[in-house]
Amino acid sequence: MLELLFTDYTIRTVALGAAILGCVSGALGTFAVLREQSLLGDAVSHAALPGIVLAYMLTSSKASIVLMLGAGVFGALATGLVLSVTSQTRIKFDTALGIALSVFFGFGLVLLTFMQKRPDANQAGLETFLFGQAAALVSSDVITMAVIGLCAMIVTAFFWKEFKIASFDPDFGKTLGLRMNFVQGVLMVLFVLAIVIGLEAVGVVLMSALLIGPAAAARQWTDRLSLMFVLAAIIGAASGVTGALISSTGSALPTGPIIVLCAGVFVAISLLFAPRRGLTWRWLREWRNGHRLRMEAVLLDLYALASQHERPDYPHEAAVLDLMAHPITGSARSLTALEDRGLVARVGETQWSLTQAGVARVDAIVADRFEGGAMHGGKSVAIRHDT
Amino acid sequence: MTPEQIEIQLVACAVAAACAMPGVFLILRKMAMMSDAISHAILPGIVLAFFAVGELHSPWLIAGAAVAGLATVVLVESISSTRLVKEDAAIGLVFPVLFSVGVLLIAKFAGDIHLDTDAVLTGELAFAPFDRLTIGGVDFGPKSLVTMLTIGFVNAVFIATFYKELKLATFDAGMAASLGFAPVVLHYVLMALVSITAVGAFDAVGSILVVAFMIGPPACGYLLTDRLSTMMLISVGFGLLSAISGYWVAHALDASIAGCMASAVGVLFLVTVAVAPGRGLLSVVRRQSRQRWAFAEKMLAIHLKQHEGLPEEARENRAAHLQEHLRWEAEFARSVVRRAVEDGFVEDDAGFLHLTKAGRVLASETVVDA
Amino acid sequence: MSDAGFAVDVRDVTVAYREKPVLWDIDLEVAPGVLMAVVGPNGAGKTTLIKAILGLIKPAAGEVLIHGRPYSQQRHRVAYVPQRGSVDWDFPTNVLDVVTMGLYGKLGWVRRPTKQHKAVALEALRKVNMEAFASRQISQLSGGQQQRVFLARALVQEADVYFMDEPFQGVDAVTERSIIELLRALRAEGKTVVVVHHDLQTVPEYFDSVLLLNVRRIASGPVEDVFTEENLRVTYGGRVGFVKFVRQQSGVDNA
Repeated sequence: MLELLFTDYTIRTVALGAAILGCVSGALGTFAVLREQSLLGDAVSHAALPGIVLAYMLTSSKASIVLMLGAGVFGALATGLVLSVTSQTRIKFDTALGIALSVFFGFGLVLLTFMQKRPDANQAGLETFLFGQAAALVSSDVITMAVIGLCAMIVTAFFWKEFKIASFDPDFGKTLGLRMNFVQGVLMVLFVLAIVIGLEAVGVVLMSALLIGPAAAARQWTDRLSLMFVLAAIIGAASGVTGALISSTGSALPTGPIIVLCAGVFVAISLLFAPRRGLTWRWLREWRNGHRLRMEAVLLDLYALASQHERPDYPHEAAVLDLMAHPITGSARSLTALEDRGLVARVGETQWSLTQAGVARVDAIVADRFEGGAMHGGKSVAIRHDT
Repeated sequence: MTPEQIEIQLVACAVAAACAMPGVFLILRKMAMMSDAISHAILPGIVLAFFAVGELHSPWLIAGAAVAGLATVVLVESISSTRLVKEDAAIGLVFPVLFSVGVLLIAKFAGDIHLDTDAVLTGELAFAPFDRLTIGGVDFGPKSLVTMLTIGFVNAVFIATFYKELKLATFDAGMAASLGFAPVVLHYVLMALVSITAVGAFDAVGSILVVAFMIGPPACGYLLTDRLSTMMLISVGFGLLSAISGYWVAHALDASIAGCMASAVGVLFLVTVAVAPGRGLLSVVRRQSRQRWAFAEKMLAIHLKQHEGLPEEARENRAAHLQEHLRWEAEFARSVVRRAVEDGFVEDDAGFLHLTKAGRVLASETVVDA
Repeated sequence: MSDAGFAVDVRDVTVAYREKPVLWDIDLEVAPGVLMAVVGPNGAGKTTLIKAILGLIKPAAGEVLIHGRPYSQQRHRVAYVPQRGSVDWDFPTNVLDVVTMGLYGKLGWVRRPTKQHKAVALEALRKVNMEAFASRQISQLSGGQQQRVFLARALVQEADVYFMDEPFQGVDAVTERSIIELLRALRAEGKTVVVVHHDLQTVPEYFDSVLLLNVRRIASGPVEDVFTEENLRVTYGGRVGFVKFVRQQSGVDNA
């Protein structure tokens, strides 16, 4: 398949086109995700359907720029309606989104039935609009996308710090004298643009995933906005190319779902394995913490038992410690780990005792937990509760 | 009307009514977009169940869809509970991925059967009368009509039985939990109903119309009433209205039935937004223009009262001064003073304004109101 | 009456949401170099007043002068510390970057912050004892640390008048001490600070003057004159027992 990328002109065009679409939508999706407009993306992309169909019916042209214009006008119309209905009436944001997406889409279906009745059968199938067809991209489309995408990127670079503050704290930006309404307007235009550009690859139904997925994945790897933006672009492009190649090399599978699955895989990997934020790291931390706490608990149990005798190193049966420890995990593993650290020592077959270092560690733990050992009597009882 | 036309409308009405009932709770719980997510995400459940049983109208498909719908809810909730992504992003990610799995499974393994990806979204209501349920030679009507009536009946029974629990869990989940009403269980049962309704309906009308029927009519009801029971009735009524009117528009234009019904929902919603008594845009505008004067008179009264008897009174409480301090146009200020004098709130003593007794009452009432 | 002498001069400001009045005809004069608390019950319009002064909410009537001229001409002399909960602390950015945002106004369009700007931001972080956290991601801060970052962001603005919305809300004792020291340092430089405040007990200790607000202005002026049982009762409605308790706690009755 990869050879075709270098030898086959059509496939190269398609791959390049899908890369650009994924790159632009993924990158601009960053601001949508941070501004909590992910679902607005879903509504806008569904609302683009009547725009696309109408543009095609009016011009009989399948050129990207024409269809994008139609999609953009209807996307903006839906956004405006959603925002004004929520601000003027008691209708909530999510309700307005649901109505906009289903009603606009339904209207699009009506227009589609008209289009399909027209004699010039040179029509794209419904499926193309619904699920995307990167394979239909021709080089003039790719050039259009590249130019528009580049413009969007330049605008973003230009207004970078304004976009940042408009996403993080727009009220504060306003008090600085920055024209936040204007900046948010520009962001909204780019938002619609990001959706409109991605539509050709993944279609109206699944577009929200291409908008959200790359940004959500990128967020897990970095705490810097600039890096998140770049990573989202790369992940979007990678999803786009993979989807386009798989669908256009003979499998006859629709492009959109494959791109969305790729983006989904990126998100899953990021959520699970991204350093620091990833869930595996979190689980590992929790497991380590749990292990440490259980170890300390056993150590403190041993100390509590020993404190009933004259000597801190008075040995005790492992069975007694097991009884005191966590009912499932028991004390055996913790004891072995403590022995490795030289904090406890084995006495005979079944007994354990605190070492000198172990006693010192208990003092340190108690001091740490109770800020200078403010607790005296009933120390061991308090510790049991805490662990 | 031919029998087929009647049956198509009956199916659509059954779908609309069945969707409206759980839809009311969805929009009150601010979970409207879950209907979108669930109605898309049930697809892989249906497809996998179809692969397992090899039959398109088996009840197992509904079971598969319900499982997939609940899986969507659980997946969205567990992803957003990690707090690594926000809830809206989690919804927007989960359902396209699940829907994609469904579409690809169909494209790869079931390309030649009736499970058609377009139909998933748009439905084929026109074919509903041709797929009939016959048991022992007796014709019980279109299968989808029987299915939707059953589902609608289940929804109605559930909501009627647990009406006060649902109401309380929607209004105040914490209190419902403290009273032992298990809002979490109710939540998942409701989500299961949404899933079952979506799958029963999607074969007939497609997932988009499911979303339209679930959210649109209840949203109209929400604008028209404050009573939950009334809202439920209005939602069902508006659902039926948009189903029937949508059908006849589609019939007249020879266009997509599902599309026309969704559009009818949109038109009904827009009309409601415009004319809803009290909350619609028209009455807001009318009230605003009426209240503009009342509001200005109140402001005048309060302004006068605040400076009454204080050293600055002579300066503040002059007609000429209002223009500057209340930022009123000269013409507007004169009109307000004239109206206030006519209404007996203010006495104009050659430019120096006194509150009357009624004016003083008006001023203190307004501030207490606030 | 000469208005040029006031750092903040609010004249007849009225704010209404739809038809419901939130602030009625507020007059407020704050002299330069004053630490003023804005107190009142929930829903009294404290935050609304700050937002109306800063032009974030359009008032139905009235005007705001900062050092004798309309706010729109004096924006650069005003700094704002919003409520901590008003932003998403999981935003991908670090402490230094947030503080640098305070300089965006001076930078103007398109220009990027330079090394000098970062140095200014670092200096402000030092003032709030947060320089060690400069490259820390903001989601990893405690509530008190987040508040100090917001303060540093306001400090870099080098304003004359500071508006702070509940800076003591949910912060630890150490942060509370360091915030109040910072406020006093600002006052020593002749700056004016207006603080929305929740804790009535600390008003006499922390502030010179106070505005008692409940939709209307109940009273404003020096704490010893205005912070009386009678005024508090009017502000907080009939909760007299509560008011008495607060005054005993804060030691005003003994003074």
